[in-house]
Amino acid sequence: MSWVDHPRSVTQFYWGLWGTGVLLVLADLVVHRHAETAFDGWLGAYGVYGFVGCVLLVLAAKLLRRAVMRGEDYYDR
Amino acid sequence: MIGELPAGLILVIAGCVLPLLPSALRGMLGIVAPALAFAQLLWIGSDCQQHVDAFGVTLSLVRTDALSLAFGYVFTIAAFLNGIYSWRARRGIEQPAALIYAGSALATIFAGDLLTLFIFWELSALASVFVIWAGGSSRAYRAGMRYLVIQLASGMLLAAGAALRYSETGSLDFDVIGLSSPGGLLLMVAFGVKCAFPLLHSWLPDAYPEASATGTVVLSAFTTKLGIYALARGFPGEEWLIYVGAAMAVFPIFFAVIENDLRRVLAYSLNNQLGFMVVGIGLGTDLGLNGAVAHAVADILFKGLLFMSMGAVLLRVGSVKATDLGGLYKSMPLTTILCIVGAASISAFPLFSGFVTKSMIMTSAAQEGYTVVWFLLIFASAGVFHHAGIKIPFFAFFAHDSGTRCKEAPPHMLIAMTLAAALCVGIGVYPAALYDILPLQVNYEPYTTSHVLAQLQLLIFSALAFSWMMRNGVYPPELRSTNLDSDWLYRRLGSRFVDSATGALHVVFATGNNASAALGRAAEGALRRLHGSQGVFARTWTAGAMCLSVMLMLFALLLLYYVT
Repeated sequence: MSWVDHPRSVTQFYWGLWGTGVLLVLADLVVHRHAETAFDGWLGAYGVYGFVGCVLLVLAAKLLRRAVMRGEDYYDR
Repeated sequence: MIGELPAGLILVIAGCVLPLLPSALRGMLGIVAPALAFAQLLWIGSDCQQHVDAFGVTLSLVRTDALSLAFGYVFTIAAFLNGIYSWRARRGIEQPAALIYAGSALATIFAGDLLTLFIFWELSALASVFVIWAGGSSRAYRAGMRYLVIQLASGMLLAAGAALRYSETGSLDFDVIGLSSPGGLLLMVAFGVKCAFPLLHSWLPDAYPEASATGTVVLSAFTTKLGIYALARGFPGEEWLIYVGAAMAVFPIFFAVIENDLRRVLAYSLNNQLGFMVVGIGLGTDLGLNGAVAHAVADILFKGLLFMSMGAVLLRVGSVKATDLGGLYKSMPLTTILCIVGAASISAFPLFSGFVTKSMIMTSAAQEGYTVVWFLLIFASAGVFHHAGIKIPFFAFFAHDSGTRCKEAPPHMLIAMTLAAALCVGIGVYPAALYDILPLQVNYEPYTTSHVLAQLQLLIFSALAFSWMMRNGVYPPELRSTNLDSDWLYRRLGSRFVDSATGALHVVFATGNNASAALGRAAEGALRRLHGSQGVFARTWTAGAMCLSVMLMLFALLLLYYVT
């Protein structure tokens, strides 16, 4: 098994991603933003919005599946 | 001499000559012709006009300015990359059709009046349907038919709109049109079909994924960008386009998340990227319009790259369904890397092309005070990364190992993908080169610390959401399925309606037939009774009875006289 598939390296990658995320949020404390957009001045606002947005996107898509999903040969029947 | 040919003609001629050539030369011509067309554009440059008198009006066959040249350059580059990518596709209709399609799309871009626009608009629609049909399956044939009907309808609307405008203004010039007249409205709908506006979009995810591995790459570059170009030319700053574009950017991503066919996922994501461009056109600011053009250029390259990588997978594995794939990085490591470059570009990672183009549109939306639209675009950006940036490479090349072992993509495909990837990174690293060809003066700096930080936060946390849901089993599994979209309206509801209407008409006609037959029989019976050989009027009367009846009549007459 190559290292890409190994469960341990997948876990390491996953927690590495969290670590990067936390660092990026902390960087908000240091970086001075110009008041250009609605998010400026909020700690980690882009991160929170991205995370929550994606979770909601997937949950909504699961609901959408109930409404629109049909068999693969739906139009061929 | 090359400068005097109308733009696009080189490619159309090359497409017509191609089938006559020996097969060894065909691949070469597919590369040389776009290179010549690119050289021609450099040669003629800006402010070139070519007029010709026809149909009793003066047609402006070629009109070059910064807006049309930006699209022209990237169209010829796309045709060049397609030529390399489809080097081996030497037989059949696809390669000639693709060249004629690219050439007529190029001519459409440089059309200076609405009639010329209409002619090449229709030619590109006709040529492109052959690219879909070259997919070869019966599904491709039927999808191509639906595509053709919709594209020709767009052409009809364009012709009607142009005719109305001619009667309103006495001119066919193709410049800013506006929505103040019925002609303008028709033209807007005609362009909207090509741009895949909401509810006018279903031809795109319906037809594009049915073409061949090479065909879809060709298709992804031109038709939709013709719509974007025409919209940018005719309707800049039309405010409601901002909301149309925002809806286009948001809705397709839900479908992309649940779609199993990865090329169809890319078709939905193409629709979503067009939404960003439409927002930029609707804003109408220098930054917004420039952003729309820049993003169109970037999208042709990174979407082409993504479609190329999926085309290579289709060629080697025979399927691009997420349920059939997985673990392909072992067999196709180079394709994997190139696909990830495309994914990073569409997701707008810093140093990749999307980062320097999409943000122009979003910054302009924020500056103009469209906060809700800005929030929707940020959401759509996160969604793009989610479905195109992560889903495509993850399910094709990683995820669970499908056990498929195949060869790496052929060299010509790898070369085309590498060139496209180099352009994606080149634009991201050195955006000034792209900004130089934009129609308006640009004063935009994408690489500020706060922009880079904000974008990285958005992307990393979107990736975290994906991996968190994957690990917790929340993420919906890939399933073999057809997802209903608005094409259901005509593919199922419409055909059901026609079926039941035909059935109802049959009943009406049958009832009418029966009723008229019964009526005829009754009339015939009555005639027979009265006039038949045994009928009342055919009876023979005796002389006595006749005398009696005459006497009675005379008596009645006498009585009448007496009374009156």
